[in-house]
Amino acid sequence: MLKLAQHGSSELNSEEIRQAELYKKNLISRPLVMINTSTSGIVAGSMRTWKAVERYAADRSLKIDLAETGSIGLSSEDPVLSVQLPGRTRIFFSRITEEKVSSILDDLFHQVVPDQHVIGQSAQEGQEAWKNVPFLDQIPFFALQERRVLKSCGIIDPFSIEEYIAGGGYAAFLHTIRSYTFSEVCQLVSESGLRGRSGGGFPAGEKWKAAYETPSDQKFLVCNAEESDPGAFMDRTLMEGNPFQLLEGIAIAAYAIGSNRAYIYIRSEYNESIRRIRSAILKLREIGLLGDNILDSGYNLQISLRKGPGAFVCGEETALIASLEGRRGMPSSKPPYPSTSGYQGRPTVVNNVETLSNLPGIIQNGPNWFRETGTADSPGTKIFSISGRVPLTGLVEVPMGTSFDTIVNKIIGGVRKGRKLKALHVGGPSGCMVPLEHMDIPVSYENLKEKGLLMGSGGLLVLDDRTCTVNTVRYFMEYLHKQSCGKCIPCREGTRRMAEILGDITRKPAEEEEQSGLERFRGVMQMETLAEVMRDTSLCGLGQNAPNPVISTLKYFRNEYEEHIFDRHCPSNSCTGLRSWFIDVDLCTGCSICAKRCPSEAIIGTARHPYFIVQEKCIACGICYEVCKFSAVYFK
Amino acid sequence: MADDSTRIEEILGQFPQIKRNALIPLLQAVQDEFGYITEEAISRIGAHLALPTSKVYGLATFYNQFSFSPRGYYHVVLCNGSSCHMRGAAELLNELSKLLEIRDGETTRDGLFSLEVQSCMGACGQSPVMSVNGEYHSGVSVKELREIISLYRDEAGR
Repeated sequence: MLKLAQHGSSELNSEEIRQAELYKKNLISRPLVMINTSTSGIVAGSMRTWKAVERYAADRSLKIDLAETGSIGLSSEDPVLSVQLPGRTRIFFSRITEEKVSSILDDLFHQVVPDQHVIGQSAQEGQEAWKNVPFLDQIPFFALQERRVLKSCGIIDPFSIEEYIAGGGYAAFLHTIRSYTFSEVCQLVSESGLRGRSGGGFPAGEKWKAAYETPSDQKFLVCNAEESDPGAFMDRTLMEGNPFQLLEGIAIAAYAIGSNRAYIYIRSEYNESIRRIRSAILKLREIGLLGDNILDSGYNLQISLRKGPGAFVCGEETALIASLEGRRGMPSSKPPYPSTSGYQGRPTVVNNVETLSNLPGIIQNGPNWFRETGTADSPGTKIFSISGRVPLTGLVEVPMGTSFDTIVNKIIGGVRKGRKLKALHVGGPSGCMVPLEHMDIPVSYENLKEKGLLMGSGGLLVLDDRTCTVNTVRYFMEYLHKQSCGKCIPCREGTRRMAEILGDITRKPAEEEEQSGLERFRGVMQMETLAEVMRDTSLCGLGQNAPNPVISTLKYFRNEYEEHIFDRHCPSNSCTGLRSWFIDVDLCTGCSICAKRCPSEAIIGTARHPYFIVQEKCIACGICYEVCKFSAVYFK
Repeated sequence: MADDSTRIEEILGQFPQIKRNALIPLLQAVQDEFGYITEEAISRIGAHLALPTSKVYGLATFYNQFSFSPRGYYHVVLCNGSSCHMRGAAELLNELSKLLEIRDGETTRDGLFSLEVQSCMGACGQSPVMSVNGEYHSGVSVKELREIISLYRDEAGR
């Protein structure tokens, strides 16, 4: 099998080519069913689907092959199941829960394409295509994307090293260790212009050079897979869909800085990623692509997996290193940068999953190929994970320079019918709110920076007209407050105060006092100064970026703040604490239960006659709504 | 089953080197074995790695993964990621706290349920998401939540 990786297809004999085709699943003797068993698949019930397929085959004594795969990016369409019959192209189905298995497979095994649940078919050479089924790259979701890093995700079996190698995997790594010196690889990656995909956008080649040029007896490469932004799942999908690509990237990067020791730091909640990476490392060791003297090149490499015990701040590189060393995950001030003094005081390069997954492609096709896509300053592609108020949730890989408008409206297909797009939140909890007027700017590190926005790791949260921006910001601020490590005061206290101020303006004050509206507005005024202080004086990126959501919403959505403060009204009705409650006189029977339970004695009336809520006394706790047996309580 | 001390000794035996960077993997092994970090484990780990018990405890409380009370018979995990939050995870959390009379990180008095809120379970397409003993429930509404909890109560016969 290693021969496949070491030689081009021209040097293989016919038997070896046949073997490669077998591995690539182009040549199959019996039907193949592949099920997405990544996290989003499992949550949607793919393990039950798996059992149903097994039962289906056993009941009919059918001989089929069943294999696991990752996500093709359409998370909301899970469980995604694909079927390939001998000699035919593979066809993908969406939302195949256990009860739908038999009808879909019945149809397909009789060479009939089912009417529903079809996503499309993959284009495979030499296989007969299904009629009236679109090819995957023709449907809008895939047509506008440029899937380079995600190319094999959801297509290949993440547990099969044979399939990865037969598809051209590890050719890049073997070429690297045989033909390039350490500094040549650094140079190559510098030329490609690859920038760190974790948020900062620091050129990867420069980081490597610094580590390579620092003399030391031991150097380390750390893969940062502590993806703890809520709503971001690109690293997870990459690890679950194509773990070998990441491990090959790690191997290339470790070689470039002259390191023999690499760590991959995965969030402990990522069970599926851990299972796949662990299995992949074992398989690589077995065939000698990891370990001592790899394929007689004289180069040694060990990759170990470490489970991150869960702290948002450990996404910051110095905090991550502290956690690896067995200390609290608290960042330290830079310089010294980890690339000169990191893990155990040795030069350490920390790169994230997406950055490293880009490497095999760059080495194989050259830096110029990488520069072909994207913008001059930010070449290549970027993966965005899209969630929130959209019917389609998933991963999208587009060239840098694509506008948000294309991503959200053209690829994803916009918000639900009858709703209006209001804003985009880019970059996780410490990201920025992008208003509609900025939707058409080409997305690159520079362009966003110019507008005072931030790319972050690439999480896109879509807000529609029924989502409150202030409430969303409050949610993020509470999250950041919980995740602040507590080392520096601006971040620890600043996030707390901000969460308090935002909490105050998203609920009615329990006791009415004069000028309370003005008091609350003062909070907002102070919030702007507070934001500046936090941005200027916090120690690490978490604190410096924490006020971003507040600054951007104050800039673009100030009217919503004002409506919350002065009118005590939430325009999208999603701040539960600001709702105004009423009793429907036609439905109320006068049972008096609401009046008895009301904590602020705001409900008055006489028994067996409709009751009434005194708005001035109401604290909008919603208890009356919950206790009413006649659904007479409603809110506006 | 072997008593707690032997189980801890076994775990410590897997990490023979006295190195600070073994501390987190050790705590994780204890958490996997017992479901929570026991008091005995903290002092034993401290002695094994020549670290003060306070340091071990301080580190363990810093990270979200470690809990210090035994998990319930049913361990409920609720996702409060941004997508789940938008689609009503806050109401679910409210309802859960009311139904079970516990907050995040606590266990009910009868030991039947424990509750954990996670920052993102990574299934934003199916939000809001919760899991009970590893079994996932997606697109949960408040009404469904009540049904789910009462189903588990029935299953346990309480």
